[in-house]
Amino acid sequence: MKIIVCVKQVPDTSGKVAVNPDGTLNRASMPTITNPDDMNAVEAALKLKDETGCKVIVISMGPAPAAKMLRELIAMGADEGVLVSGREFGGSDTYATSQILAAAIHKIGLDKDDIVLCGRQAIDGDTAQVGPQIAEKLGIPQVTYCAELKKTGGTLTVRRMLEDGYMTVKVKTPCLITCIKELNAPRYMSVAGIFECNQKSVAVFDYEALKDEPLIDATTIGLKGSPTNIFKSFTPPPKGVGMMLEGADKADCEKLAGMLAAKHII
Amino acid sequence: MDFSLSKEHEMLREMYRAFAENEVRPVAAEIDEQERFPVELVKKLGRYGMLGIPFPKKYGGAGGDMLAYAMCVEEMGKVCGTTAVIVSAHTSLCCAPIYENGTEAQKEKYLPKLCSGEWIGAFGLTEPDAGTDASGQQTTAVLEGDHYVLNGTKIFITNAGYADVYIIFAMTDKSKGTRGISAFIVEKVFPGFSVGKEERKMGIRASSTRELIFDNCVVPKENLLGKDGRGFSIAMKTLDGGRIGIGAQALGLGEGAVEETIKYVKERKQFGKRISEFQNTQFQLADMHTRMKAAQYLVYAAAMKKQAHMDAEACGGKAEGYSIDASMAKLFASEAASDVTRRAVQLFGGYGYMREYPVERLMRDAKITEIYEGTSEVQRMVISANLGVN
Amino acid sequence: MSYNSMDIGAFKDVWVFCEQREGKLMPTDFELISEGRKLADELGVQLCGLLLGDGVECLCRELAGYGADKIILCEHPKLATYTTDAYAKVVCDAIREYKPEVFLIGASTIGRDLGPRCAARLHTGLCADCTHLDVGVGKYLEFLRENSTLDVAGMAVDENDRNLKMTRPAFGGHLMASIICPRFRPAMATVRPGVMRKAPFCEEKADAVEIVRAKVELSDADIQTEVVEVVKAARKIVDLVGAEYVVSVGRGIGKNTELGLRLAEELAAELGGVVGGSRAVIDSGWLSADHQVGQTGKTVHPKVYVALGISGAIQHKAGMQDSECVIAVNKNPNAPIFEIADYGICGDLFKVTPMLTEAIRKLRGEKARTVLACD
Repeated sequence: MKIIVCVKQVPDTSGKVAVNPDGTLNRASMPTITNPDDMNAVEAALKLKDETGCKVIVISMGPAPAAKMLRELIAMGADEGVLVSGREFGGSDTYATSQILAAAIHKIGLDKDDIVLCGRQAIDGDTAQVGPQIAEKLGIPQVTYCAELKKTGGTLTVRRMLEDGYMTVKVKTPCLITCIKELNAPRYMSVAGIFECNQKSVAVFDYEALKDEPLIDATTIGLKGSPTNIFKSFTPPPKGVGMMLEGADKADCEKLAGMLAAKHII
Repeated sequence: MDFSLSKEHEMLREMYRAFAENEVRPVAAEIDEQERFPVELVKKLGRYGMLGIPFPKKYGGAGGDMLAYAMCVEEMGKVCGTTAVIVSAHTSLCCAPIYENGTEAQKEKYLPKLCSGEWIGAFGLTEPDAGTDASGQQTTAVLEGDHYVLNGTKIFITNAGYADVYIIFAMTDKSKGTRGISAFIVEKVFPGFSVGKEERKMGIRASSTRELIFDNCVVPKENLLGKDGRGFSIAMKTLDGGRIGIGAQALGLGEGAVEETIKYVKERKQFGKRISEFQNTQFQLADMHTRMKAAQYLVYAAAMKKQAHMDAEACGGKAEGYSIDASMAKLFASEAASDVTRRAVQLFGGYGYMREYPVERLMRDAKITEIYEGTSEVQRMVISANLGVN
Repeated sequence: MSYNSMDIGAFKDVWVFCEQREGKLMPTDFELISEGRKLADELGVQLCGLLLGDGVECLCRELAGYGADKIILCEHPKLATYTTDAYAKVVCDAIREYKPEVFLIGASTIGRDLGPRCAARLHTGLCADCTHLDVGVGKYLEFLRENSTLDVAGMAVDENDRNLKMTRPAFGGHLMASIICPRFRPAMATVRPGVMRKAPFCEEKADAVEIVRAKVELSDADIQTEVVEVVKAARKIVDLVGAEYVVSVGRGIGKNTELGLRLAEELAAELGGVVGGSRAVIDSGWLSADHQVGQTGKTVHPKVYVALGISGAIQHKAGMQDSECVIAVNKNPNAPIFEIADYGICGDLFKVTPMLTEAIRKLRGEKARTVLACD
């Protein structure tokens, strides 16, 4: 049994977000972190490892510096890392990304009792699409929004959150689960783990390594192979100085509610 | 000379910081206020390997080094002086003497449980009449068949009451002076061992500081640490290591105060501008940061020297001493921390004196670093003696 | 099969996935039908609702009343409760058969499970959690003019571009992106609930509903998950630090703490958030210490932070100034909290808070109303 956890290195948007004059994100000026929901997926995998002794492989698609994040996850307790990285993969949308990651998972090999874990969504794009799309490409069932996970033999019992409650879903391995923060509290790296993480393997899968995978087709990966393209990207008009509502009456409150709704924040 | 940290040490810093921010900071003020030893925090420190950082994995340690250990104490010290001293006393004053002087059986018996945090460690040298002059030990140990019988009292013992294992010094032969002192590994469950009154302190208030009472305490013969009569030398060597820990604690406290102050002066407004815009604030902070940076270099250098010493000893090579380095690190870092935390309180003004902000706590915590494990005066004695000035 | 997602000319019509749970339509369905109507009119095509379930035919009329020309109805016992496998199969089969050019799905936790699975199977593009949709270039530029810092006047555009422009926030709203899917069909989008405006209900349109029953082929082997139970429960309110909405009270509630707290709780409940407090409130014992926001309490960064009767001392600001939107209610016009508030209301919190709660409730009620159940 093994667990493959898909992780993404993202700019930390919880602090100050810097935007270039042309409307793109100034990534260089922002610290990077492991995507928070992905940390919950890693923790879920490590908990299962604590219980069953299974192997945990962390996999990420991204530029070379993402290897550092994989080392950190190994220092938390993961056994191996795989970095999927190549010029050919750059500019991939969720469809192309999931195709490449599914190919990488296929290359690692997915056995009958294996599990793929992902975070619900990444804080840079907030799409929540790559997990389900990997599952589709691998032809395995998915359960998303997992807030509780139990494994009994080859069956996983998942508490799958809904807006107004939850579903309890049973699914057999191999399967893909996307995790939300309610699932657990991620552990820290350990001192011993940090001293050992550089001795463990982080494989790099580039285009050469994956090109013979059935899922890899040069016309469906990277910027050119992505079904979606960015037409325009832009920044909303700057936040002005605060607005005082002098009346403090019903009309003002309704006006305020309307403004909040117009900005999609309520 | 390379002043950059290795990849591992950079990662350690991140991990320690995350732990300190999320686990320690939220409780630091509360445990100080309640003078409550943070048992739950100690368990967590153990779980992540922070209670056995510089010891080999075969004894349950994290397989790290002295620098990694010093950095841990430093990062904990930035948010909580108590947590820093718990780690320091446990590691430097209990695990280290067992690792450095213990028999294989002693190491196998004690180190794994200490390194995992299942057991907490402490060190008992100070007595009512043997403080800075530690040679005046009154506690006695008499060999009776297969065990020693200890009698006497130790005071101001860090981690006492919560510790399971104590390194205790006692006279086995009064006629030989310091060469008549021996070291013992004493478990809290040994008959005749008890813990006395709890001290009420100015700072590090959540750390436990108590009396140890030995009333015909029975210690098995095999718990003699090192050779009979080598206790004073073990104590001095242990304190050399401990001073690196206290230096790191002081370093953290001072750095923590600088960080808090930088944050505050950018927010606080007086006379219509942020107080960071006043030149006094700027110059004060420049001095404070510079002092702490200098302290950091001294502490790290001492840690690395002790590591080189341990590595040399492990492979039977010539081990260079680090006593003067440890003393300089502690002397400078503790005095810098006292000065810097006091200045931080001043820059905060009235708010700095209030318990709502952490700088008054850091200031109270910093003072002890000039006193315990050898006062600043003792450090000056060690340093000058090393210079041949005596 | 003749299905090829790149054969763009073969696709027409705008489809909306009409999500139902336990035989009840979701409010978002009406928003999407209303929005889809506009898009279909611009494109000169039909608007179809795609409705999956078991015994849900009675919902069709309601959907049509908001603008659907036609409802593609897929009924099967195995569609009564949502499973990814059954729904994805039936949706993809229907799309392969009828070939819509645009397919909208509400970005609910179910829509965001179904959408990507279908897009991957159909080999087409999907844009997540959209907050704005356009077809016509003119309208799109108009939108940019109001909602971006771009120089719209100097922008080179193709006037004949008929691609669906799907606009969505990224990086927590700091950046917006308009996405297109030029080479594949259908262009798919999940749309954020509550964003699109619901059109008035039209009885004639409802009566004229055309129902097309699609062939549904489902067997046990198609479904690899088993739904053991569906439980309705109030979502566990997260703690202060992770909350999206925080309503904090300060010394200002002192006149009547019980009422002040109740009003704050009501507002928090309406927003789906939690109640916090300033140090004064905690020190006075009006709220327990785990509610404290500020220097000695917790640091929060919610979407909306409402400060009721909080003056905004430096210690308090330290814990909440990174909130996305700050609303302050305070009697004192010189309270420092107004310096960092996006919206300030200078008034009595005991009067203003209930009005604000009511205004938000009313606004949300308009969105949520008319959820029709089958008997």
